Amino acid sequence: MSPEEVIEEVKTSGLRGRGGAGFPTGLKWEFCRRSPGLEKYLICNADEGDPGAFMDRSILEGDPHAVIEGMLIAARAIGCTRGFIYCRAEYPLALKRLQLAIDQAEELGLLGDHVLGSDMSFDITIKEGAGAFVCGEETALMASIEGKRGMPRARPPFPANSGLWGKPTNINNVETLANLSSIINNGGSWYSAWGIGRSRGTKTLSLAGAVRRTGLIEVPLGITLREIIYGIGGGISGDKACKGILTGGPSGGCLPAAFLDLPVDYESLTEKGSIMGSGSMIVIDEDTCVVDTARFFLSFTQSESCGKCTPCRIGTRQMLASLEKITRGLGDMTDLVRLERIANVVRSGSLCGLGAGAPNPVLTTIKYFYEEYEAHILQKRCPALVCRELISYFIDELKCQGCGLCLESCPVDAISGEKGAVHVIDQSACIKCGACLEVCPEKFSAVVKGPVQCI
Amino acid sequence: MKKKAARDTTEDGAQEICKGLDLEEGATIPLLQRVQSRLGYISPEALREIAEAMGLSESEVYGIATFYSEFKLSKPGRHLIKICMGTSCYLGGGKKLLEHMSRELGIKPGRTTEDEKFSLETVACLGCCSKSPVMAVDGVIYGGLSPSSAESILAHLESEP
Repeated sequence: MSPEEVIEEVKTSGLRGRGGAGFPTGLKWEFCRRSPGLEKYLICNADEGDPGAFMDRSILEGDPHAVIEGMLIAARAIGCTRGFIYCRAEYPLALKRLQLAIDQAEELGLLGDHVLGSDMSFDITIKEGAGAFVCGEETALMASIEGKRGMPRARPPFPANSGLWGKPTNINNVETLANLSSIINNGGSWYSAWGIGRSRGTKTLSLAGAVRRTGLIEVPLGITLREIIYGIGGGISGDKACKGILTGGPSGGCLPAAFLDLPVDYESLTEKGSIMGSGSMIVIDEDTCVVDTARFFLSFTQSESCGKCTPCRIGTRQMLASLEKITRGLGDMTDLVRLERIANVVRSGSLCGLGAGAPNPVLTTIKYFYEEYEAHILQKRCPALVCRELISYFIDELKCQGCGLCLESCPVDAISGEKGAVHVIDQSACIKCGACLEVCPEKFSAVVKGPVQCI
Repeated sequence: MKKKAARDTTEDGAQEICKGLDLEEGATIPLLQRVQSRLGYISPEALREIAEAMGLSESEVYGIATFYSEFKLSKPGRHLIKICMGTSCYLGGGKKLLEHMSRELGIKPGRTTEDEKFSLETVACLGCCSKSPVMAVDGVIYGGLSPSSAESILAHLESEP
């Protein structure tokens, strides 16, 4: 197959970037192939930074050769001479096995000068990431390989024209690359037989959270959330109600249970304000507070913001401050208006995907769970009983048998009571760690968690 | 006496690591990683050596070292406890786990106990989301933890001399 034929086959397959953006892979290759330059680079993005996704780790550990094969196919199609795998240092086993696979491929003549006696030469170097979420963004990743602070830059120029060390560069995600040898072996139309609309093929999702069966799943695009949660996932653990699902990680959104019949594909998720992202799916039940979850995601993106552009640097901080106020019961309704206003500025004004995606959890939770924000603000109540300032632990005097287990477990000695007599929690000393609730024997169930007003 | 010896090794180590290295473009981060894996942290001496070797100013190297969360600029304890703060772990009780360990050790995340035995850190994600909440002790991963089961792992380490 000529390089052009390889690109055509990948275009036929409909494969799109599996790292998050969903850009058509064949098209991306074509841009880089057409870009003038003798030396071109290929980068495998294995900086799986989404806290909640681990499909890339699994591929790298389980089948590193699939990634190397994919890189060889891409290199042949584009005309790349050097390849880099940028992998997180937090994945030591993946790094070890990748190096082993590269060594094996070199021994067999699949990598190096004149691959299998052909005129193509290609080698792969592993670059270890050093723990910065923003390095998943392609221009930041390249800066990091160049040995600099991993900060993104404005595009254009696009990496296809001027990337690593100014050379035309193509970046693909681990999962994208791992799909390629099957596509070439079986043909693009074989791959595109799965899928829906413009989202073809299969996608690996990492299913976690409040479902019975957690783990990695590979599903045809277009499968519904319901099939994932109640079919593959076996339903919500503890037979609780499904509250929603977090898709796409910190740059994604929180979709309510009302959307359970939504097909999982790039367009449908984007239309609802979320994203596919790298494919993390975290199911939440009624015990999860969506306001606190939005705050959690914002605290992550805020601390990972590289600080280069103002909307992201200052906007994420302002949004986080508002969310913290609300989760502490100190918010008012104007905070919600401000949150939405800042979110829209950050989304449209940020330099890279980190800032552009950071408002998604905030905007989707406000849109779909407005009443939960209202409860925090107007009633100073956290319906899921998560936000610490809005809950209290107390002991039901009719149920307490005075066993003393809670007293022993309390780390701050806030519980008093004689053995055999009703115990009492000193609310002013209680740090609301919940240790007493955990140890209170089920047959008594005397420790109760409730809104602050309950006492 | 023992402390002095340790410090000498540190300084020698830094010089040794920077000597005779393939200082190709972009070597600053691999260099920092090598120093850290050898010494456990980036000492001020090592930072200076790296700057010199790469033809950068110390502040530039400091800027790079502090940008990435992997690099430590102070000496870590003998045991490194990392609590995962990924989404799945956070929602699955990671926050309580962190607070509990923080209380047990008497240190805040990012700090080291006075006897230099334990360092407590948070990590964005260990990629074990289906086993939440997760912590890694000296690189070994423990999943499905409760504050009390984590405490017993800690107690096992504490009983060591």
